Amino acid sequence: MSGPSTYEPKTPFTRWLDARLPIVRLGWDSFVDFPTPRNLNYWWTFGGILAVFLMIQIITGIVLAMHYVPHVDYAFDSVERIRRDVNYGWLIQAMHANGASFMFLAVYIHMFRGLYYGSYKQPRELLWILGVVIYILMMAAAFMGYVLPWGQMSYWGAMVITNLIGALPLVGDAIREWLWGGFSVGNATLNRFFSLHYLIPFVIAGVVILHIWALHVPGNGNPDGVEVKGKGDTLPFHPYYTVKDAFAIVVFLILFAGFVFFAPNVLGHADNFIEADPLITPAHIVPEWYLLPFYAILRAVPDKLGGVLLMFGAIGVLFVLPWLDTSKVRSMRYRPLARWFFVFFVIICLLLGWCGAENPDDLVFKLGYDAAGNETGFSFLWLARIGTAYYFAYFLIILPLLGFIEKPKERPASIEAAVLGDAAPKPAE
Amino acid sequence: MTKAAAQADHAAEPTRRDFIHIATGGMAVIGGALVLWPFIDQMNPAADTLALASIRIDISPIAEGQEITVMWRGGPVFIRHRSEREIEAARAEALEALPDRLARNDNLPDNAPATDENRSAASIEGGSAAFLIMRGNCTHLGCVPLKEAGDYHGWYCPCHGSHYDTSGRIRRGPAPENLSVPPLRFVTETEVQIG
Amino acid sequence: MTMLRIFAAAAAAIAITGTALAADPARKPERHDWGFSGPFGMFDRAALQRGFQVYQEVCAACHGLRQLSFRHLGDDGGPFHDPAYPNPNDNPVVRYIAARYMIEDGPDDVGDMFEREGVPADRFPSPYPNDAAARASNGGALPPDLSVIVSARAGGADYIRSLLLGYDYDPPEGFSVEPPMRYNAYFPGERIMMANPLVEGMVTYADGTEASVEQMANDVTEFLAWASDPKLEQRRRIGGMTLIFLFVFAGLLWFSYKQVWRNVAH
Repeated sequence: MSGPSTYEPKTPFTRWLDARLPIVRLGWDSFVDFPTPRNLNYWWTFGGILAVFLMIQIITGIVLAMHYVPHVDYAFDSVERIRRDVNYGWLIQAMHANGASFMFLAVYIHMFRGLYYGSYKQPRELLWILGVVIYILMMAAAFMGYVLPWGQMSYWGAMVITNLIGALPLVGDAIREWLWGGFSVGNATLNRFFSLHYLIPFVIAGVVILHIWALHVPGNGNPDGVEVKGKGDTLPFHPYYTVKDAFAIVVFLILFAGFVFFAPNVLGHADNFIEADPLITPAHIVPEWYLLPFYAILRAVPDKLGGVLLMFGAIGVLFVLPWLDTSKVRSMRYRPLARWFFVFFVIICLLLGWCGAENPDDLVFKLGYDAAGNETGFSFLWLARIGTAYYFAYFLIILPLLGFIEKPKERPASIEAAVLGDAAPKPAE
Repeated sequence: MTKAAAQADHAAEPTRRDFIHIATGGMAVIGGALVLWPFIDQMNPAADTLALASIRIDISPIAEGQEITVMWRGGPVFIRHRSEREIEAARAEALEALPDRLARNDNLPDNAPATDENRSAASIEGGSAAFLIMRGNCTHLGCVPLKEAGDYHGWYCPCHGSHYDTSGRIRRGPAPENLSVPPLRFVTETEVQIG
Repeated sequence: MTMLRIFAAAAAAIAITGTALAADPARKPERHDWGFSGPFGMFDRAALQRGFQVYQEVCAACHGLRQLSFRHLGDDGGPFHDPAYPNPNDNPVVRYIAARYMIEDGPDDVGDMFEREGVPADRFPSPYPNDAAARASNGGALPPDLSVIVSARAGGADYIRSLLLGYDYDPPEGFSVEPPMRYNAYFPGERIMMANPLVEGMVTYADGTEASVEQMANDVTEFLAWASDPKLEQRRRIGGMTLIFLFVFAGLLWFSYKQVWRNVAH
């Protein structure tokens, strides 16, 4: 699809450079003259938004590391010092903390877009898998980053997550101790988390390059799910999509700035303003919002190991998704049944997030009183169980079966036909 | 619409189209420049570092001929209670004999000559000529000179052989400037504030 | 533009989840109309100064303020900020406040610690040498440090104010509160070790304001809100300008986008 390069070096220097290191040619072919489907909607701008936020996180992170002290006695105070005394530290710290949330918001939209428009299907399976790898790395980076301020939520978050590993049979305890570098979460843990938190974003950047490479071989998918067939289907990436992406990025930045400047701590938790205390657990510990659905899945199972396996399974199932969906139709625009199952899937993910934030024994709604006079009703635990069941059923039962049952709507012959309707020239096939 | 047609259209009506793109590009450049500043400024000394930038020293316990070194802004400051002989030796030098004829005193104008009066604490309100207070890093590459050493019996830098006289002025060796006098203020007769 | 609506809804959903995470106190903090709440609210300088007086004369006996130095009081946005002294270390009010504290320093030439007058660079001294001493003096309860207390409590300023005013309620029937514990309707668990700290007229405000219990609670809460978030004013000022810039930029990009795509069906 990429076709022969259209780059023509114009000056003696660019000709000289192009013969030795065709880096300008690479950039030109990838981001200037790259043929891009003309029908991409705004859901396709989140890749660019994510690239911007990865850069924001790396730059603000490098800056924060200049002032942060990774030691249990100083970490909390050093973050307060960044907020109070370092020039513009309050701004950079707020950008970094909220940037993580916004990166997850963008990545979830990006992933749901992929799910709806079938972006994981042949020939883009590897592109999807690389995306899942990036997502897992993001969760690792976010988790370790959350430990660094060494507040109560940092400490107890680290404690709970590392204890999940302890659920593994035989090797669990040994691995947990190895992760901690001690007999509990402590200074050694904080130091290694800081080191890894600094490393992972660069690994993410590396996988992002692979992700874009894997994107540029088959080219972008598109909302109609039909492959590019001719020149009339595409537009050069620049200026058409550079300006569209830039507009979407700035709109997203408005929302980001709203949080950074006017509600910098809303997405955090009050308990993380209390320095870590290994003797007192906060009354109500919850992970950051972007991990809540997985937290709900973890708690939906009464067995410790079972919960852990289910939680990892919830992410692991994404790796095999390209082979679970049996439908030949890529975009759910043309899948009348699948789109409703998808909408329900999105709602279930949000409900799971809600369950993760609440106490499992609390009631979603009450139905009456039992013999002892206690309220009875539908608890968050059961909502989480139903949600978990649907989550897995969507991938393991619904998508595989729908391909055989569903009768897809008629698809357009080409992107051009989809865009122009009757005015389109007849495809040359 | 093809690219060629778009370009033809561009040629027909250049001004309005160009204006909006130039304005947008201009905004991007301005925004980038404004965002850059916090990321540069964060490396400047923080508020707590700046707050520690002044110290107060009681100089009354320093006997004649004695010298103490205090830490100020992360480096040494020499406070020397000079003897009569050292002061005389410093005053006897003709200005023309000095490699650096400027006083290098933060409390005086930049062009003040390097006389001993301009170097010693006599240049500060409430100070006496007996005290010489100056930064203790050689003006060559920052080593700390040794006291009461060198050809001029002032300070001698062992790193690259710079000789300073009893007024802290460079006399011989690679150092380009006299040891400089930091901002000083006498809070009381015996207490001096540096910075 | 459906996209943007979905977006706004997502943002709202996040914000709601954020507040839904609060722990459950016995009684919901009473909402108070703070001058600093709302996106462009600022602190009331006079209230901050009165609040600092209450902190100094009442709270400081047991509660530290260890993230703050005296110089912070004179920072832009702080209680004693004076535009004539951009460097708070030169601010005479700040110097005077600092000088009334004795600060342990040292070691001196012979290795002994000594006490000296405070300077603006010094941190607020802690009322106790360490946590164990603090617990021992307070029947086993640790008086929390107040530097970030408003950020560190779900409910924020409303909670702190309500707690300070929450001693007037009687415990519900059958709810036993053994002395030295007290009943406080807003405290999680409702049994609190801290005695009712505020008594009518216990401070004499320099500006002549009547020191009612509610007045003192309002003032000290405002001061503590500032202590938790000293860059609030600066943040909101810069934030307002940033948003204006971004809106204009987004508008220009929108027209630019329309220009580029004007004859392309998509």
